[in-house]
Parts: sequence; structure tokens; C-alpha cells
Amino acid sequence: MSREAERNEAAEETQDATTDGGTTHPAESPLTERARPADEEKPTTGLSGPRPEERPHPTGRRDEHGVRKEPDHGPEPTRRATVSALVEDEPGVLARAAGLFRRRQFNIESLTVGPTTVEGHSRITLVVEETEAGIDQAKKQLAKLTPVIAVGELSDDAVAAELVLLKVRGQEPDKVHAITSMYDGQTLDAGPRTITVQITGDENQIDDAIDAFHQFGIIEMARTGQTALERGDSPTTPGEEPGHSADDTEDDEFTNYDD
Amino acid sequence: MSEPATPEASADADADTDATGRTDTDEQAAQRHEAATRVPGTGADAVVASLEAAGVETAFGVQGGAIMPVYDALSASTVDHITMAHEQGAVHAADAYGIVRGDPGVCMATSGPGATNLVTGIADASMDSDAMLALTGQVPSTMVGSDAFQETDTVGVTAPITKHNYFASDSDDVGRTVGEAFALANTGRPGPTLVDLPKDVTFGETDRPVGEPTPPKRSVPDPEADEEQVEAAARAIEQAERPLCLFGGGVIKGDATEEARAFAREFGIPVVTTMPGIGSFPEDDDLCLSWAGMHGTGYANMAITHTDCLIAVGTRFDDRLTGGVDTFAPEAEVVHVDIDPAEISKNVHADYPVVGDAATVIDQLDAAIGYAEAPDPEEWRAQCAEWREEYPMDYAIDADEPVRPEFVVEAFDAASDDDAYVTTGVGQHQMWAAQYWTYRHPRTFVSSHGLGTMGYGLPAAIGARIAADDDRQVISFEGDGSFLMTIQELSVAVRENLDITVVVLNNEYIGMVRQWQDAFFEGNHMASDYDWMPEFDTLAEAFGAKGFRIDDYDDVEDAVEGALAYDGPSVVDAHIDPEANVYPMVASGAANGLFALSEDQL
Ligand SMILES: Cc1ncc(C[n+]2csc(CCOP(=O)(O)OP(=O)(O)O)c2C)c(N)n1
Repeated sequence: MSREAERNEAAEETQDATTDGGTTHPAESPLTERARPADEEKPTTGLSGPRPEERPHPTGRRDEHGVRKEPDHGPEPTRRATVSALVEDEPGVLARAAGLFRRRQFNIESLTVGPTTVEGHSRITLVVEETEAGIDQAKKQLAKLTPVIAVGELSDDAVAAELVLLKVRGQEPDKVHAITSMYDGQTLDAGPRTITVQITGDENQIDDAIDAFHQFGIIEMARTGQTALERGDSPTTPGEEPGHSADDTEDDEFTNYDD
Repeated sequence: MSEPATPEASADADADTDATGRTDTDEQAAQRHEAATRVPGTGADAVVASLEAAGVETAFGVQGGAIMPVYDALSASTVDHITMAHEQGAVHAADAYGIVRGDPGVCMATSGPGATNLVTGIADASMDSDAMLALTGQVPSTMVGSDAFQETDTVGVTAPITKHNYFASDSDDVGRTVGEAFALANTGRPGPTLVDLPKDVTFGETDRPVGEPTPPKRSVPDPEADEEQVEAAARAIEQAERPLCLFGGGVIKGDATEEARAFAREFGIPVVTTMPGIGSFPEDDDLCLSWAGMHGTGYANMAITHTDCLIAVGTRFDDRLTGGVDTFAPEAEVVHVDIDPAEISKNVHADYPVVGDAATVIDQLDAAIGYAEAPDPEEWRAQCAEWREEYPMDYAIDADEPVRPEFVVEAFDAASDDDAYVTTGVGQHQMWAAQYWTYRHPRTFVSSHGLGTMGYGLPAAIGARIAADDDRQVISFEGDGSFLMTIQELSVAVRENLDITVVVLNNEYIGMVRQWQDAFFEGNHMASDYDWMPEFDTLAEAFGAKGFRIDDYDDVEDAVEGALAYDGPSVVDAHIDPEANVYPMVASGAANGLFALSEDQL
């Protein structure tokens, strides 16, 4: 027998049972608390109660970050933040950080990594362009990763630098050399057809230098992305102190999230 | 890694309380201490010693080439192993075991397909912040990266779905790593951790004792919240006219139900829960409005829409709870208590963030609220009561029509004990099980929330059964589609003679999909019509379980009584109204207050 036919037959049997009075209505069964017998007034599918438009509705709203807002609130502005994370130098830590940012679709401008004064620790420097709430989340999520020791956001006057290698056409070596010196760069390789130079500086200096080299025709270029440290005595990440070695670094000194 | 703790040093440690805060009997503590200080032999011995030192009683898994050394060592261990039919069964069973016990569940699998079969359950645990430890075999270190037979980059695959994972690279360290992973899973905000175990590492020799399981120091958050944060939140609560407590899964995970209940009752504040928070507050209490969100009660959704102060504890404001964030509790100042600072203002901005352990923070809040200023929102309570009357969770039944699913759920609820455990698959049946069962105790609703994994119910029932005291009932509500996804685990339930009752709310549809198709795809039932379902009662008998069948209302009582009375696994194939849909329903992204009571309101 098909399932359909079986179902119909089952339904018929129920009918028989009810018509000959053998069954109490299930709504009256002591088993159930809330069932009501079907009647014409109440809907048989769905629930009873005032319809959506008959209900009171508050007028307030929140923005996309869940902040209560004024009705004509514009889009959130973004800003650029440099975030520094001190991490345990274990395999996969960079992949974890990068994976986290990929998944949450943070807008990363650059990401660099390298050793610190403490053996076994590395520093990841990230530049992100995000809303205030986005930057806050980026820092908190990073701090959650188990190998991350501390996370800090750098102030505007932090020291930041980047390195770029530029390979340009070699027809005008003197001019190339002059511009390289102007940017305090170095010539790393000079041949009859190409000249490769290295420039370091903050992001604006690098951008300017690249503009200046465009006149020669840039054949290839490699930029490292920014790395940065806080100026003066301020630690770059909370609790970080200069010149520690792993042995005398007490884990306790570090907070796991930015305060 | 640091040097192993000397026996003296570990003896100094408080033997009664482990890193996860659990208390043991003296005998258990002695056993664990013995395991922690024992000289292992091989890496696999160290792995097993580490599980014993952590107090693990049961692990769930499936054998295989790369994990064989660990299984071999397990044969001489106090840890019981439950062989499951599929690794997905093992991981869900471990997950549910962990939920019921409040301790990480442990699952094991071999490399490659074994490990990838765990992935769904690890992701599930991750979304629900369930403490769990997964141990996976791996090809020998020398072959890693060569695309060897049954090799998968397990650490890479599971990195985004674990709290943290480890690749064991040294037989001397592997035991400590497993201990750390176990402890980390249950520290702060719980979550799944994984240790990948290359075969040479578990085969390799070691004479280094494993020590007590300890989480990385930095991962242990301060349970107490900042006093200023607490004071600010307390002032906000005092000012509120329409305060509402929102208790999430974190209240249960943080063992804070007692504190949470006392807090709400002390100030007479109505309570809604999230779905994972079901059981944090007794649903038969007058203050309780049940759960809010997509299929939550109308009154919970009204309350959350109109509150002026939402005291949210241990919730991550999932979109199934909030609907569109723009309309979520739009007039509420939000007090957000969470152990994980990254949850604060992630989805909903917290006006009053309070970072700390739920139980500790609730006590702090309680102490900070001045008694003279304490809220007693009588009018608001009356309003909530009115909504409860206005939007009743009832349903119409007609003796001539097919059986209503709500009726089946209520019938089982009425016939079973108040502290029974309910597990579910995912779909309409899960919602009915959440709506029409009255939960009174924490950890009694065991379900897949964040990931929404069909197939969760039966293996979860197995895990819950093994974790629970013998006198507590375990009932699993399944959809026909969900049940079919992990039905093979019935063989395990039969082998272990586990007293569980599976109730299949069989509509011959993957009903939740059909409901959405009816509402949003003009009733085009593409691939949701499952009219080729087997006879589940007969199939149960083939597995060696007991089968029952419900076709109409007359069958209900016998099936309920028979299944609950049967001492072993039973399956009730309940043929319900195939057209029944779940209401209320908040369309995704809509305002909670716009919940539909029937299809024409969507
Ligand atoms: C593994 C998995 N695949 C697909 C889905 C999508 N999905 C969500 S609910 C649902 C229907 C569930 O059907 P069934 O288990 O029969 O329960 P019912 O809704 O009929 O009660 C589906 C397919 C899912 N949640 N999980």
C-alpha cells in the first residue's frame, strides 16, 4: 500500500472511531495542556492573537552596529588604524591571524610579522581601514587567539616604516641615482638595463618615492607593508617592556586584551 | 614547554578541584594524581594518562590506522571508550556528554576521513561554545605534507572552528599538550579544542609524566568584573521601568542558573531566554516568558521589543534571536554581561558592558543595586502577563485530522519526569520540542543551535544517556530527515542497551524547508518532499531496538507509555500532520515584534 493510501485509511479509521463515539476528543485528554478543539472562530493553522499591524511598535532604531540612533543617522565613517600584536612565535600563528581577518572580512591594508627582543615572541603589525566598531572588534578578536600575548593600537605619532624595492629601467642612471639619494635610498643592483633601489620610510614617503620613480618606468616593485613602534617610553602593546628575554618575562605582566 | 611538575609540586596543588573547577571524590582525585605522575612509556600512553589525569571517564570515537597507538594504550585505561558508527556520531555524542556533565566531552578519530567526519560536530560545538576535546590521528611527521594515504591538514581545516588546536610534534610533550587542550576547552568561554597526533609521536618513547591539566595562563580570564562597570550597570537597572532579563547559553555554561534565578526573582524582573538559554530559568515560573527569537513565543518577542533595559547575560545576540538588529530592543539600554570581551558590542552595542564570569557578575550586580532604588516593575509585569494572554501558545486539534506534532510533544512531556533530558535534530520538530516542552532545569535541552546540524539528535541522546544519572530519562525528538542522517547510531544504542526514546515527528518532508518554500517560494516543494521514508518503527526493530507507531490520536497514549517504559532504545514513528508549520515566526531580518502567527502574516 502506498504511504498516501495508508494515511487516508488511517484517517478514515480515526473518523470511524470518533463517529461511533469511542474516542474522547484529544483536546480533552489529560495529556495535553494547551490544545483547544478546532472551531470556526479560531484559526486552525497558526496561532491566535492580534495581527502584526494591530500591535504596538516602538519607533526607535539601531544602526548596523546595534547602536541606538537618531532617525537620519548617516553611514559610519571609517578610519585607519595600526594594530600591533605581540604573539607567541609558534607555527601557524600568522595563518591564524590572517584567517581570522579573512573570515570576518576586515579591510586589511598591510600585515607584517617579525621577531622582537624576546626570543620566542613575534610582532604582527596590521593596518586596517574600518569603522570604530570594526577596529574594536579586530583588536578583540585578535586578542582571543591563544598564541596572542597582547594587542595594542598605535597612536597617531607612533614610528612607522615600510621598505620598498623598485626595479626601474637603467637608461638614465644619474637621474635614478639622484632621486634615490633624495629619498635616502640605496642602490642595490645596477646593470645596463635595470637598476634596483631600496627606499625606506613612512607610508607617505614611500608613496612619493614611487611617484618619483614612475618617470623611469617601474619594471617590478615589492613593498613590505608597514611595521611600527610606539614612540618614547610608551609600550607598543600593553604590558610590553623593552629588552626582556623570555626567561624573565612573567606571563602575568601581559593583559590579553587591550584596555 | 616547561619542565613537568614534580610529584611534590603537583601534590601541593589542590587535589579536590581541578583546573576546570570540578570537584572530585578523594578516590577520583587520587586516581587522577596517579595518572598525572605516572611514567608513560610511549606518546600514546602519555595521551591516555593525560585523559585520566583530566578525569575523563568516557571517550567516543572510531578506530583507524593513524590513531591505533592511542586506542592500543586506551585498552589498559580507566577511560571507557564507546565505539560509534560514524565519527559524526562520536563528535555529537561527546558534545552532548559535555553539555550534560559540564565537563569537556572527548572524541577521537583517525586521520583524513576520520578527522574530516568530525568537522561538522566541531563546528557545531564551536558555535554553541561547548567544551570539547577532539583527538585526531595523523600520518607520521615525516610524511606530513606529502599527501600521504589518509592525510588531511587537520589543524588547518579545524583552525577556524576550534578555540585553539595543536599539532603534537614531540612524544615528550604530547601528554601535556592534551592536558592543556582539555583544560583550555573549559576555561573562560568554553569551546572545542583539538590535538592532531602524528603516528610517530604516539609510537615514540617518553618517560615524562604528564602532570595536571593546566590551561595557558593568559587564557584564564578574571571572573570578577570591573567595579565601575558593575556600578554603572546597577544604576541603569535601578532607573529602568521595563527591565527584562535575557539569559543565554552562557548562564548555563557558566553554572550561573542559581544566581540568575535569584536575581530575577529578587527584583521581580521578567525573564526571556535565548534558545541555548532554555532551562536557565524554569519555564513554569510566572516571571518566565520562555524564549525569544525567530520561533520564540509572541510574549517573549513583545517583551524584548518593548523593554527599556535589557539585562543580557551570556548571549552573543545571534541573528535568530535579534532578527534585524535595527529593530532589536530598539528602546533598551543594553547591559551585557559576558566572559568573552569580544562578544561585547559585536552584534548589538552594549551601553553597559560587564566583562566577567556570569555567576560572579550577577552576584556583584545584585550587591550593587541599592535596596531603596531596587526596581519592582509591577506595571511592566502586568503588561507581560497580558501579552502572555494575548499570544497563547495553543493549537487547534481535530480528532479527524492527522496528529498535531505539538500534541505529541506535550504528551511526552506530561508522561515523563520534570528533569528529563531532551535532545533534538534540526527543523520544525526542534522548534516544537523547544516550544511545547516545559523545561525546568539547566542542561536538559540539548540541541544544535548556532550551526543547526541535522542529525544531531540521536548521537546527542547517546552522549546524554551515558553522561546522565541512570534515573533520568533521555528523549530525542527527531525529524524524519534529521533522523535519517545519523540513524546508524541506533546500532550503538542497541549494543550498549541505552535507555533512550527517539520520537520521530514524521511528516515525510524536510518540513522546515517546506515551510519556507510555502512562505517564500510559492509552495514549490523542490527536494523537500521525503515521501520515500522508511518505516522507522520497523527499521528500529531491524536494528534491535523497540519500535512504536503513531498514526492517529488513539495511538498516542500507548506509544508514549510503551516507549517510556521500555528499558532500552525505542523509536516512536509518529506520523504527524504533514502540513503543520511552526508559529510564531519572525521572518529573517525582520523585527521581533512583527512575528507572524500564521502564513498569511508573513
Ligand atoms: C546537515 C544539514 N543539512 C541541511 C540543513 C538545512 N535544513 C534545516 S531544517 C531542514 C529540514 C529538517 O527536516 P526534518 O529533519 O525532517 O525535520 P522537520 O523540519 O520536518 O521537523 C533542513 C534540510 C541543515 N540544517 N543541516
